[in-house]
This record gives sequence, C-alpha cells and structure tokens, in this order.
Amino acid sequence: MAEFDWLPALMGGLLIGSSSAILLAFNGRIAGISGIFSGALGWAPDRSWRWVFLVGMLLGGAFYEYGLSSQSTPSSVFSPWAMVVGGFLVGFGTRLGNGCTSGHGVCGLGRLSVRSLMAVVTFLSTAMITVFVMRHVL
Amino acid sequence: MNKMRPQQMGIALISGILFGLGLGLSQMIDRERVLGFLDVAGTWDPTLLFVLGGAVSVSVVTFRFILRQQQPFFGVTFTLPTRQKIDLPLLGGAVIFGVGWGISGYCPGPGIVGLMLGTWNPVLFLISLAAGMLAYQGYLNLTSSKG
Repeated sequence: MAEFDWLPALMGGLLIGSSSAILLAFNGRIAGISGIFSGALGWAPDRSWRWVFLVGMLLGGAFYEYGLSSQSTPSSVFSPWAMVVGGFLVGFGTRLGNGCTSGHGVCGLGRLSVRSLMAVVTFLSTAMITVFVMRHVL
Repeated sequence: MNKMRPQQMGIALISGILFGLGLGLSQMIDRERVLGFLDVAGTWDPTLLFVLGGAVSVSVVTFRFILRQQQPFFGVTFTLPTRQKIDLPLLGGAVIFGVGWGISGYCPGPGIVGLMLGTWNPVLFLISLAAGMLAYQGYLNLTSSKG
C-alpha cells in the first residue's frame, strides 16, 4: 500500500467541503450522496439534477484518475461477497438513518447538528468494530 | 420547484465534479485506504481523518454564512433536514450502515466514483446498494400500511 500523504488528503477534503458549500449556497440542497443516489433511482420528484450531480462525480473522478494523477489508484482485491452484503447493508442503513458520510458527516457536522454527530460517532465506531472482528477475530 | 433552471443544473454538475475530484485526490476511492483507517488495531492509516477534517472545516465555516441568507442564489428555499430527535431509526440505521461500510470498505460516494476505475467491486457494490435502498422502501410500505 502507498504511504500516507496528508496533503492530497486535506486538499481532497477541502474540495469535498467546497462542493457541499456551492450546492447549498446556490441550489439550497444538502450534498448527501446516499440521499442524492436514492432520489435519482426514482424516489424523488426532482430526479434530473441528481443525475447531473452523479454524472459530475464520475467526470471529476475520471479527471483525477486519468488526468491529474501521476499514478493510477491501486485496484483492490475482488471480493464479491463483501460487495454484495456490504452494499446491501449500506443501502438499507443509510436510508433508515437518513444519511451517510457526506450527508451526516460533511453537511450535518457543518450545520452543527447533534443528530448527525450521533450518527457519525455510531457508524464510525460500528465500522471500526466490524473491521476489527473481520481482520483480527475471525 | 420541480422545474430546475439551467443554472441550477450547472451548479449540480460543478458541485458533482468537485466532489468526485475530491474523492479521487484524497484516495478515498481506494478501499484499502478506508479499511486501513477503520482498522485501528492494524497499521492505522489516518488519511480519512484528514479528508473528513478538511471537508468539515469548510462546511462549518461556510454553512454559517450561507444559512443566514434568506434563500439560495438560484432557488426559492433551503431544503434542510427538519428532524431533531435522536431516535432508534437514526442509530439503528447508522449501525447497519457502519457494519456494511466495514465489510465493503465503501460508503456511497467512493462506491460511485470508484466506477471510473473499471473494476468489478464498485459495480457489485452499487447494484447491492440500490437493492438495499429498495428493500428499505419495501420495509417502509410494510410498516406504514400496518400503522
């Protein structure tokens, strides 16, 4: 694995924060990816801007990966069961709890929401426990 | 409100591009990085802390000023969550999400942008993500028809 480099991590975080600030300031919307994605799938009357946002995400990712970056992102081990089981739980859980890392994390903490803070503490600690069990216990 | 103006579409596109660029630059589309952060008992990788810290430092400062405005520049109202209560769905949902995040190493954002890497993991993750959201809709319909 590549070594930890704090500068691109911080710069990437600043970009993500700016993205959420622009969407809120101009369109009045929260940049919560689980909400935008589920709305785009058909559970929202205003689907069009969500798809445009998602396409933008792909363009931004491609611009980094195939333009800016000097080395390609290492591809992780193919783990179909982790994707299927993990993806399902992330989908169900983010709808039940109304948000993910971006909605509760970046935007909710940005609004100083206690509800979001509780969600962030809960999903971060649960994810850490899950990884601990999977890597060091099982 | 359903008719989106072209300038709002432009903002959605720019905002999406910045988000995807940020996730790429910060290496969050590499699930080993994310798992490395979550693995506190292994060789801990602090990357995610800097990403979240950087993002929240921008949102905390800017949201204060933005939400003092009467309305967004290109819209009529701010669409914000209204719920305040810390309840079982919030915490239960966060627990389920956390387990899924720990298993897969993806949360929704990196799962979507990860598609650009052209590998199968993000594809499977996203199909399953959509299935989980669909299952939640089914669960909602079931509980609301009872009550």
